Parts: sequence; C-alpha cells; structure tokens
Amino acid sequence: MLKVEVWRGTRQGRFQSFDVPRREHQTILDVVTEIQREQDATLAYRFACRVGMCGSCAMTVNGRPRWTCRTRVAEVVGRDNRLRLEPLPNFTVVKDLAVEMTGFFDKWRDAKGYFEPGGHAGEGFAVVSPTTPQRQAADAGIECIGCGICYAACDVVAWEPDYLGPAALNRAWTLVNDVRDAGNAERMAAVAAASGCQACHVHMNCTEFCPKGLAPTYAIAGLKRETIARALGRRN
Amino acid sequence: MSAALFIAQRATAAILAFAVAGHLATIVYAVRGGLTAAEVLARTRHNGWFLAFYALFVIAAAIHAPIGLRNVVREWSSWRGRSLDYALAAFCALLVVMGLAAALALYAA
Repeated sequence: MLKVEVWRGTRQGRFQSFDVPRREHQTILDVVTEIQREQDATLAYRFACRVGMCGSCAMTVNGRPRWTCRTRVAEVVGRDNRLRLEPLPNFTVVKDLAVEMTGFFDKWRDAKGYFEPGGHAGEGFAVVSPTTPQRQAADAGIECIGCGICYAACDVVAWEPDYLGPAALNRAWTLVNDVRDAGNAERMAAVAAASGCQACHVHMNCTEFCPKGLAPTYAIAGLKRETIARALGRRN
Repeated sequence: MSAALFIAQRATAAILAFAVAGHLATIVYAVRGGLTAAEVLARTRHNGWFLAFYALFVIAAAIHAPIGLRNVVREWSSWRGRSLDYALAAFCALLVVMGLAAALALYAA
C-alpha cells in the first residue's frame, strides 16, 4: 500500500494523506487518478494525453518536478512506500495540483517566441538544409512541448519573477536559428533586456529535469553569445 | 542585467583572472621572502609596472563587483530600480578612489 501525501489548497493549504494500493506498472498519474475517482472527487489536477505528449500532468513528485504520466511509482518510491505530490513551484496554484500557466506562456510571447514570417511568406517553400549549424541548433531545442518543468526547476525564476525562464528562451533560440524568421532584431532586444538571458546562472536545473532531454542551458548560452555579438556590432 | 553590464562583467572577469593570480603571487613572494615594509616600498616606489598593474586591477574590480552585487541584491531582496543603480555606482566610485589611492600611495611613497 502506498502512503500518498497530496497538497490540498492553493498557496495556503495542507497535505492530505491517502492510502492507495500498489499496482504493477503503476504511474504517478494512475495514483492521482485513483485518489480522485475512488477516494476524493474534489481533488483537482490536470492531465490530457497520458503518454508524454501534452505536458499538462507535470507536478512535484517527492520534491522533483516530473511528468506524472511518464513516471512510474517504482522509479520514485523508496522502501517506505511514501509519495509526496505537490503542484509545480514558480507557478500560481489554481487548486491542489493544478497550476496557472498564463504567466509562463506570457513570457514566451514577451521573448518573441513565435515565428515571424516577414514579407516573403508567400514566395514558396524555404529550403533549409538539415546539415547547417543553424538548423541543427534549432532542431536541438524544437521538441519542447511547454510543460513548464524547466520553469518550475529554475532557481533564477524563483528569485527573479520577471526572468523569462528557460522554456521561453529556448524557444527564442530556435527562432534565432530559423533562417526563415524575420523577427530577430526585436527578439534579441527582448531576450537581452534586464530579465532576459543574461540573468541565467547556469545552474542547469532546466537541462537536468527536462523530460524531453533538451538543454535549455545551452540555448541560453547561445543567446548570450548572440547578445554579445550584436552589442559589439558583429551582427545586424 | 543589460547586455552592456553583462559584457562589462565578463570582460573584467577575464582581467581579474590574471590580476588576482598576479596579486596572490605577489603576496606569496612578499611573505615567503620575508620582505620588510621598507623592502616592499623599495620595490613599489616609482615602479610604473606596479602602478599600471594595480590600477588595472582596481578598475576591473570596481566594475566587476558592483555588477555582481547588483544581481545578488535584485535576486535576494525587493530592492530594484534607480536607487539601487545609484547606490552601486557610488560603491564603484568608492572602490576606484580607495584602490587607486592605495596604489598611488605605494608608488609615490
């Protein structure tokens, strides 16, 4: 039997204990779902795909941010069979295990983390060779699904609430390396501002915890290099 | 942190890496060699290399330290804005004045 402590409330709240039977191949999301369906229907949490595609089930499991659908109980539970489930840090808690993602995605917008086609969008397909360094740099970070794990794990986000965070900066770096994109002057101005890439302390929590195995730290390092190149007049 | 501050801090860090090593080597040389105060002053007096080294060291440190402190203060307290920038500019000026005064005093002693 698992002893599960689940955060109940918003910013203020308490842990509530549940006993949940252990099952073969059980995931953390299975545990949460079983609690909600069998024991306490008022428990709030979020999930959609259950297979690691949507990123919406991210929570703090025994102190570490994780996708609960892709985390088996056997991976995280010790001999004491204890689980502690909390909402992701660095987000506003809506209720129990569900967090408000608006601020996180607002920062993607603020980092100009969207494709800017410029005036040539109607001129047919751009041919981008997979072997160019820019394409490879973009490919390295493009698989981000916006789950917020890196943002929850980031110390700088905790200290500096305005900091754009690893996910938004990672997205910006993929676009800086997108040869079709026409918005880099504004994007680099956004990511080089006071709350931008230079605030990163290279703790590498984002890279450590990213469930997709991405390395936002290196994307941020790339933005730092690009910022310096532009400040020294080596790029337009 | 703006790009200019970021570059200034990284550039001065590169200078400090050598300056601190040189400074430590100087200390070890003076202490292990058992130099007296008079012997130290004899080596620093009217020594242009000494003055240039420590002037560069002082200026690099005076730029580097306040930028780092500014980051620490911004991350660990709610102090932001113009008043913080002025306070750290004053700290920078203090480091420059005290450091250059010390180097000049040894040069002109």
